[in-house]
Amino acid sequence: MTTRTSYWRTFALPGVGWLLLFVVVPAYAVIAMAMGRVNILLQPIPAWNPATWNPGYVWKAFSGALPGGEYWPAVRNTILYVGASLALCFAIGYPVAYYVARHAKKTKALLIVLLVIPFWVSYLLRMLAWIGLLSSDGYVNKLLMDLGITHPPDWLNGNPYSVIVALVYGYIPYFILPVFAGLDRIDASQIEAARDLGATPWQAFRRVTLPLSRPFILAGAALVVLPMFGDYYTNDLISASPRTNMLGNQINLFVQGGSEKNLGASLVLVLMAILAVGMAYYLYQTARDTRALRTA
Amino acid sequence: MKLPRRLRNPWGRPRFLVIVTWIYVAWALLPVVIAMLFSFNNGRSRSVWQGFSTRWWWGDPSLSIFHDPDYTHALVHSLQLAALDMLIATPLGVLLALGLARWRGRGSGVANSLMLLPLVTPEIVMAVSLLVVFTQLAIVPFTLVHLGTGAQVVGQVTFSLSYVVVIVRARLALIGPEYEEAARDLGATPTESLRLVLIPLLTPAILASMLIVFALSIDDFVVTQYMSSDASTTTIPMFLYANARGGTTTPALNALATVLVLTTLIGVGAAFAIYAALGRRTSTTKVSAFRELSGLEAA
Repeated sequence: MTTRTSYWRTFALPGVGWLLLFVVVPAYAVIAMAMGRVNILLQPIPAWNPATWNPGYVWKAFSGALPGGEYWPAVRNTILYVGASLALCFAIGYPVAYYVARHAKKTKALLIVLLVIPFWVSYLLRMLAWIGLLSSDGYVNKLLMDLGITHPPDWLNGNPYSVIVALVYGYIPYFILPVFAGLDRIDASQIEAARDLGATPWQAFRRVTLPLSRPFILAGAALVVLPMFGDYYTNDLISASPRTNMLGNQINLFVQGGSEKNLGASLVLVLMAILAVGMAYYLYQTARDTRALRTA
Repeated sequence: MKLPRRLRNPWGRPRFLVIVTWIYVAWALLPVVIAMLFSFNNGRSRSVWQGFSTRWWWGDPSLSIFHDPDYTHALVHSLQLAALDMLIATPLGVLLALGLARWRGRGSGVANSLMLLPLVTPEIVMAVSLLVVFTQLAIVPFTLVHLGTGAQVVGQVTFSLSYVVVIVRARLALIGPEYEEAARDLGATPTESLRLVLIPLLTPAILASMLIVFALSIDDFVVTQYMSSDASTTTIPMFLYANARGGTTTPALNALATVLVLTTLIGVGAAFAIYAALGRRTSTTKVSAFRELSGLEAA
């Protein structure tokens, strides 16, 4: 058996080597950059040796991310927009996934195709589409004017609602598909058993379907929340105003915009810290679900 | 067995759900269709319809996408990157999937979590970290890669790799060890059983992952932008990002986006046809073929 396992290990080596070089080393490089300095020419210099680390920027980034700090507005916007978008993804996505998985009979294959198409349509095109629709002479405002609203809102300049709708529009397919896959796999006989034992349709849904689909809701939530937290382009395209800045915008500004790369890297660490809290919750919940399934 | 009427549909009449679902589908797809139709607008506006024309596609001798070098260049560069990403990430990922699925013992657990890491890291984190190594770390493998096409390919392969592994491993789990064990029992060496049994069984999954890598690459924005050097390494998504809000940008931009989407959808359609044809031998239904192809089974 030992020869077999070393045989298979050689297959994994190139890929593992690639990941070490381009995931692990870069992850350390971000820390080194966050702990770095600027030289006389004000160019950012990473501190590769932990002995020479300078915690100044990291301290500035983390204390600035707290309420009242310099980066708090960006952190607050990020949490608010991502939270609202996630709630909308659930409110819209769950009923859709539920219908397609459990009720659509003749139209099921067609609906699956229609749900998958947005996956293959460029994210940037989908944002471009909304820029056209929401521009001051676009179809949305035309519709509102036809309905008698003479002063329709300015959608594309610092409007947080547009940003939230755009985030939902962009990421909801990633929520729907895992939830659909999960609901589709639930054995209908379990729900029939609940109904046989006298549960009303609502009770059967509440006590059987919903708990069984919980791991998939969590997976879908993780799939939409992770990219949303690092998103800056949706905001740039739909709002283009510092009023709706998210953490991603702040990082992008520091790293691509100027020479504040140390601070940008420190904010990346802030982002990862926030996500670590979320991931810990996710892992705790999935571990609990798995245990519950085993003992059941 | 026929169930009593009350039990046949234990969830009541889902009229509300039907409405929600179709409104969602319309909301998800109509804006995209409208944006694509605007590439045929007979005017400079991307929001007010001014009649039909093909001027932004080929009519205009300097501003249409096939005449403006900025557009054609972005298109060519996007396709180049997608091809390179596909050619590198697919074999690397298939090998990694085989290795991770079978390799037990020290290091395998770490390697597994390492493989999942790119899937749970926001793209901007990966982009910033790769930018730091390629601009600051003066040791060998990194100094060989320069910002521009090289760094873009490395970045894209890095995040595509995990998708390939997930898809191929899902298929491996579905196949099970029996066919391979039978081959080994009949005297095949590990390499022979891999070549003659496992790889043919994995073909649909390999095809599906190639396609997903292609789509990931052609649609990627963040990593590709951070790894770019100058205008010569602009891709379609980067071009869309830079020009989407410009007041002077013409519907040629919509035409470019339409080309991008049609390329992807034609690719998906072709792969689906091949996949369904291959799957028929192993009695795969069309729906399950489609679902596997769209990465649903892996989810």
